[in-house]
Parts: sequence; C-alpha cells; structure tokens
Amino acid sequence: MVNLTINGQAVQVENSFTILQAAEQMGISLPTFCHDKRLTGHGACRICVVEVKGARSLMTACTVPVSEGMMVETHSPSVIEARKEILRLMIENHPLDCLTCAKAGACKLQDYCFEYDVKEGGYQGAKKNYPIDDSNPFFYLDRNKCILCGRCVRVDNELQCTGAINYNQRGFNTHIGIPYERDFEASTCVSCGNCVSACPVGALMPKSDVKFRQWEVRTVKTTCAYCGVGCQLELKVKGNKVVGAEPVETEPNDGLLCVKGKFGYRFLDHPDRLKTPLIRKDGKLAEASWEEAYRTIAGKMLEIKEQHGPDAMGTFTSARCTNEENYLMQKLFRAVAGTNNVDHCARL
Amino acid sequence: MTNSINELIDADTILIIGSNTTENHPVIGAKIRQAIGKGAKLIVAEPREIELAKEADVFLQIRPGSNVALLNGMMHVILAEGWQDKAFIEERTEGFETLERVVKAYTPERAAQLCGVKAEDIVAAARLYAKADKASIIYCMGITQHSNGVGNVMSVSNLAMLCGQLGKASSGVNPLRGQNNVQGACDMGALPATLPGYQPVSKPEVIAKFEQAWNTRLSAKAGLTVPEMMDAACRGDIKFLYIMGENPMVSDPDTAHVRHALTHTDFLVVQDIFLTETAELADVVLPAAAFAEKDGTFSNTERRVQRVRKAVEAPGSAKPDWVIIMELMNALGYKSMYRDPSEIFDEIASLTPSYAGMSYERLEECGIQWPCPDKAHPGTSYLHKGAFSRGKGLFKGVEHQEPVEPTDEQYPFALTTGRVLYHYHTRTMTKRVKGLEAKVPESYLEISPSAAAELGVKDGDMLKVSSRRGEISIKAKVTDRVSGNVVFIPFHFAEAAANVLTNSALDPNCKTPELKVCAVAVKK
Repeated sequence: MVNLTINGQAVQVENSFTILQAAEQMGISLPTFCHDKRLTGHGACRICVVEVKGARSLMTACTVPVSEGMMVETHSPSVIEARKEILRLMIENHPLDCLTCAKAGACKLQDYCFEYDVKEGGYQGAKKNYPIDDSNPFFYLDRNKCILCGRCVRVDNELQCTGAINYNQRGFNTHIGIPYERDFEASTCVSCGNCVSACPVGALMPKSDVKFRQWEVRTVKTTCAYCGVGCQLELKVKGNKVVGAEPVETEPNDGLLCVKGKFGYRFLDHPDRLKTPLIRKDGKLAEASWEEAYRTIAGKMLEIKEQHGPDAMGTFTSARCTNEENYLMQKLFRAVAGTNNVDHCARL
Repeated sequence: MTNSINELIDADTILIIGSNTTENHPVIGAKIRQAIGKGAKLIVAEPREIELAKEADVFLQIRPGSNVALLNGMMHVILAEGWQDKAFIEERTEGFETLERVVKAYTPERAAQLCGVKAEDIVAAARLYAKADKASIIYCMGITQHSNGVGNVMSVSNLAMLCGQLGKASSGVNPLRGQNNVQGACDMGALPATLPGYQPVSKPEVIAKFEQAWNTRLSAKAGLTVPEMMDAACRGDIKFLYIMGENPMVSDPDTAHVRHALTHTDFLVVQDIFLTETAELADVVLPAAAFAEKDGTFSNTERRVQRVRKAVEAPGSAKPDWVIIMELMNALGYKSMYRDPSEIFDEIASLTPSYAGMSYERLEECGIQWPCPDKAHPGTSYLHKGAFSRGKGLFKGVEHQEPVEPTDEQYPFALTTGRVLYHYHTRTMTKRVKGLEAKVPESYLEISPSAAAELGVKDGDMLKVSSRRGEISIKAKVTDRVSGNVVFIPFHFAEAAANVLTNSALDPNCKTPELKVCAVAVKK
C-alpha cells in the first residue's frame, strides 16, 4: 500500500494505482475524455491534469502512478486554468451547435465547459472541415466534432480487436479514419458500434430514425436477446420506444457489444409485430379475443387427452424465452397435460 | 461452458473447433483476439477459412465430419511424445486404456488423410495444445450437429482430460450456446427426459418431489425430442403441438418433412412475436411480448443467470409468454397464480438444486453462475474443480465415422451450413432491422474458385443446388473461404433455404440432426 495526500487529505491506496484511481477512491471526480478503465492510461486529452508537489509541470492523473508521500492538488488555481485552456483549445475548433446536436446532454465536452465556465475558444484559428462519413447503415462519423481523445481507436484496436480505424495524418491534420482515407463501408469494420459507445462527444453517433434529447430517455439494464454470450446492455427508452442501446461494463461483456446487440433492437416496434390472437377460420387466420383463443386451445387439449391420451400432445418450448417461461411451459405439459413430450431447439 | 468467458483472455492456447466465433459469438470472438494480443496461441479447426483462421498459429481446414479423426490424431501424437498429464489421468480419470487403444491407429499421417490436412499441422496443433499451461477448447455446432455428435463431444473431452485441462481457470471444454437462453431452457427441464435441474423423470424420488410440489400426478416415461415429435406427427401419433418462440420451418433440417409434420398435426398452436413461416401453418397464433417488454432471466453460455427487464409495453394485446401460459393453465383448470416472474423464479430455485441460492434480489446487481446451491454461495466460475460430477472423468475411445451421406457421383459436393454476423437464426428479427438486412440481403452459396472454374460458374451466377430432399435456386459466391468440393449456405433465409437440402439423419444417442454435412449437386 502507498500513502499519499490528495487535497490535504491523507489516503492509503494499492501500489498499482494511478493518481486518478486514488482520487476516485476518495470520491473526488476528475474530468476525463480519453480515459477508459479497461485500458492502460493514455494521457492524450490532458484534461485530468493535477498538481503534484515538486513536479516541474502539471501531470496527467490517468497515467501517473502514486508514490509514497506524494502531495496532490486536483483543483488548485493552476489546475483549473490549465483545464480551461484545454477546453478553450478544444471548442475553438468544434462546431458549437449544441442546440441541435443529438449528443447534447450526454456530451463530456459540453459538461466540462459548463463545469469550468468556458464559452468560447477565442483564438480565431483554422477550422476543420471534414465531410461526414455516413456510409455505415448504423452510425456516422463527424470528424469536425472529434476531439482526438483516441478512445474509439483504442477500443477498436485493443478491445474489439478489429482494427478498422486509426489516426490518419499528423499534427493539425490528424483525424480518425480508415486506412487510405476510405469510408467505413470499405473497411474491415464489423459495425459493432463499440467505438460509437466509447465516443465522449458527438463525433461517432448512432443513426436514429427518431429525434430525442438525451434527458428525455430513461435507461433499463437488461440482457441481450440474440446469442448465448448474454451481454449486459442498457436500453434507452423514450416514451414507449427503445431508441438506443449502450453496453454495460460488467460481466460477461465488459462494455462490448456486437452489431446485433447494439443496433438489433429495432425490430421491436416493427409494424409486422403480432398484436392480437389469431384463430384459423375457414382456412384463414382471423383476429380473435384472448378468451376465445384460450377456450379453443384448452378445449382441444382436453379433447385430445380424452381421446388419444396425453402423449398425443407435445410442445417445443423456446431457447429465446426466459427461464421462467420455459419452466412454466414444461410445467404446463408435464403437470397439466400429463406428458413429457417437451423439447426445444437445443439441437438445432 | 465448463469455464467462464473472461477466463479465455488468460489462456495460453485456445483450440477452436467447429465454431465461427467472431460471427456467431462476436464478443467472445473479441475476447479471443484480446488473448492473442496477450500472447495466446490459437489453433482453428474448421472446414471454412473463418476470420480467426487468418490469425491462427495452426489452421486445420478439415473436411466436414472429420473432427474425431483430427482429435484422435492429436491425441496419438500427444501419447507418442509423452506430453499427456500423467498425474491428472491417474488421479482424476478412468478408462484411459480404451482411449489409448483406439487412438493408437490414428497416426498423424492417417488422421491427415481422413481430414484432408497436413500431418505436420496435426503434430503442431498437438504440441501447442499439450504444452500449454492453460489451454481452452471452444466448440459449437460444428461439433454437435453431426450423426456422431456425441462421439465428437467425447473426443473433445478426451483431449482435455488427457492434458489435464479441466477443473482450473482458463482451461476446459467450452461449448458456445447459440441462443440467448438455450442454456436456461435446458436447465429448466425443457427436455423430454429431465425435469428442471437435469433431474431425470426416470427416478421415482424425482417424480415424487415434483408431484408433491405441483400437486399432481406426473408421467415417468421419457418424452420425445423435437425430431422424434416431427416423425410422430407425420405418423399421426402427435395430434396437438404447441410451439413457443421457434421457427422449425426454417431452422430444422429437411423443410419438406417439417411441413408434412406440422400440417399433419390435428391442432397446431404457435406463440411468437411475428407471423413466422411456422405460425402461418398454425390453427391458433398467440402474440407474445419480446425481450424488452417483459421481466425474467436468461442463463448464458457460461451458466450465468442474468436479469431481463421490461423497458417498454408490448404492442397491441400481446402478452409475456409467462402470462399466456399461466392463463392457459387456469383455463385448463389447474390453478396457477404468479404476480410477477420473481415468484416463478422462487419456485424454480426451490426445485432446482443448481439455482437454489439465487433470487431476483441477488441477481439485481450482477448475474450468478450455477451451481449456486445456497444463499451464501457466490456461484461457480469453473466446473470440475477437484472432481467430476460422476467422480472420475471417463475416457471413451471414439472411432472416426464418415457422414451418413457421403458425396458421390450424383451429389459430388459436401454442403455445410451456418450463420453470418448480421443475421440471427431464421431472421424473424434481423430481417426487420434495416441496416442488418442491407448488409446481407439474400442467401448465397460459397463455392471454391477451383470448383467454380470446373463448373464454369462466376461470382453472382444463379445456381441450382439439390440434394436427395429438395432443390433451391441460389446465388454463387466464389470465395477461397471454402476449398475443393465443400460448399456453404447460411441457413437464415426462408427463400433459398439451406434446410430444404439438409439431412435429418440423427445422432442415435442425442437425436441431433446432421445439419453440418450432406451431399449436394450444384448446377448452373
């Protein structure tokens, strides 16, 4: 364990901790753009800078390991001024279209500018002017809003391990892109959207057929309904409509999803959804009430049981339904119908 | 899975056999790549050159249906070189002699010939697996969907036991479950011979326990599996069939046979979220709520029981499946009353030893892996620590067996099937998601450049593909992902459906159909 002092308060932390982790342990929140706790510290955005007594300059809390006797100030005047300057440099070259930006309300740049009271850059420098890459059917990349924190690149290359995106060019011309300046559709991208989930600003954004404000949605944590990995995700819900999905950083997916988990919820309110029971009448399926449907099914089950015995009935339950539903279905057939003709598609 | 998903990241060697992981279990595919990034060695054994094959240290492009020959060949090498874990074999297993006897005949040269790969690659794979400190095997339907599926699974287990790669972290035998809750459905007794928790209907004490809990009389006679029910329906022995959330008209082998079965039942009930190809044949269709419209739990491929939570209301008068079943129980005169799924879960926990320690309260923050026998138990990240469930692990010598339907002059191509990244199973959901449909809008036949050249087929040509069971028209995709006479069709599409062609021949023990290989003819 290591002893250090943060903002005049003594604290003891694990040897392996960074200043950022030590501050977090004390409940002190530091701003971060590039930091991702699943990855090693990057120190790209500099917004987490802190003052370390005896150090020549401010240090990035996300990369600097703690050491015995270290004295740290996280919100001293020089730290505050440095963070303001970083934010000014960022918004100097960032479209200030928060009024219409879909990320507003969930944008870290917006939040920190509010927190540090930064309204404008004030440099009148050169501006980025990149075309928007909307070649992917699920998301778009607006490089003009990118702050080059690099989280998307690292999530793609180190966690998703697809390696579709990286930095192109150098210096002021640095931008996130596909090799040879191709678009997403012409790349190795698998549309997992993990870069989109990682973007702290409005540069990588899901395409949406509904407009919504981030503060209009509530989130519901649930389990993905596609394959057997069981990824944890948060559905974003506006009114009675699911409008987005975000991965949760927990077992088993640890903040990753695939294209179906991230974007595949869109079948939910498809007009083809079955909305009422149907009963075949004169060879055609016709709308019916629940009462009629239950009466018809129950009548048939009792009739067949009576005439042919319980083993003339069977059920295919579902690997798509919940445990509770599978349990009840086999209970219905075993306890009520009286047969063990219960199976599902485990073999298929 | 005997082990956990995130343990893969720390494995030294990963053997993937019969699994196209990055497309079918993409997040596990990403974790395997993270492991490679940390230095893990990768062996891929697959009939197709899947994405991960390009990153493999050893890629064995095996002939469909030659898994046992490959695994026996690897075990032959391991025994010949003395790389087996002698202490593990001695302490934890029995029947080693029978394995030794069988694999003796599978020299790498013979195995290589049966599999259509190089002998030195089999030796290299054996070395990488056997010499690893922590080696993990991943398999999927490429192992199970064969007429000798049980033999394939036993061979996988033989290899793991031979090298002592069970009962510790980052090792094990790890089947990947293809559907969100196929693990849970099995756990819940959605199987003809077992009640919840794999408690066999053949045991009088099990029947007595459930008769008391459910206040009814139960049958002790094992029921029929899905393929057996299909056959029974064709014979007229199954008169009433109730299908919940399945689409056998697209997912099951030999579509003509399935159609015959479903139209021959006196009464068919289908409960689903869309009017599937199967629902179109039903006498009654019941509209169900989708995953985001109900509460419950799913159990994932690593045995982790996780909460499903309601986010939105179901459309129209659609109801959660559990409500429908409960109301039907009452309509049949069996009193059933649950205010919400947590009460059903409590009943499950009271009757299922591996779920006994779980409750919605405990699952609130994070899922729990079974077995979790009591309230204080943290769950189990890997199985078989110290002992197997039967005590000692049993080696079984397994002989290679040719597919039921070998290729011949009339049907010279070996067809294998699978999924693609952008679709899911029978596409009922994914075809209604614009971007997914745009990515892969139609079915196709992967055919090797050499076979295409021989037939004079170009990429995009329409082909007629036929088997002894049916014929489809399908677009050609000329690709070196497949080689020689192996062809591949994704089974998602009801139009140009792969399962019109596939063989419903079953593994005699587990009744899994041989979906992964049948003989077909390809014509322009």
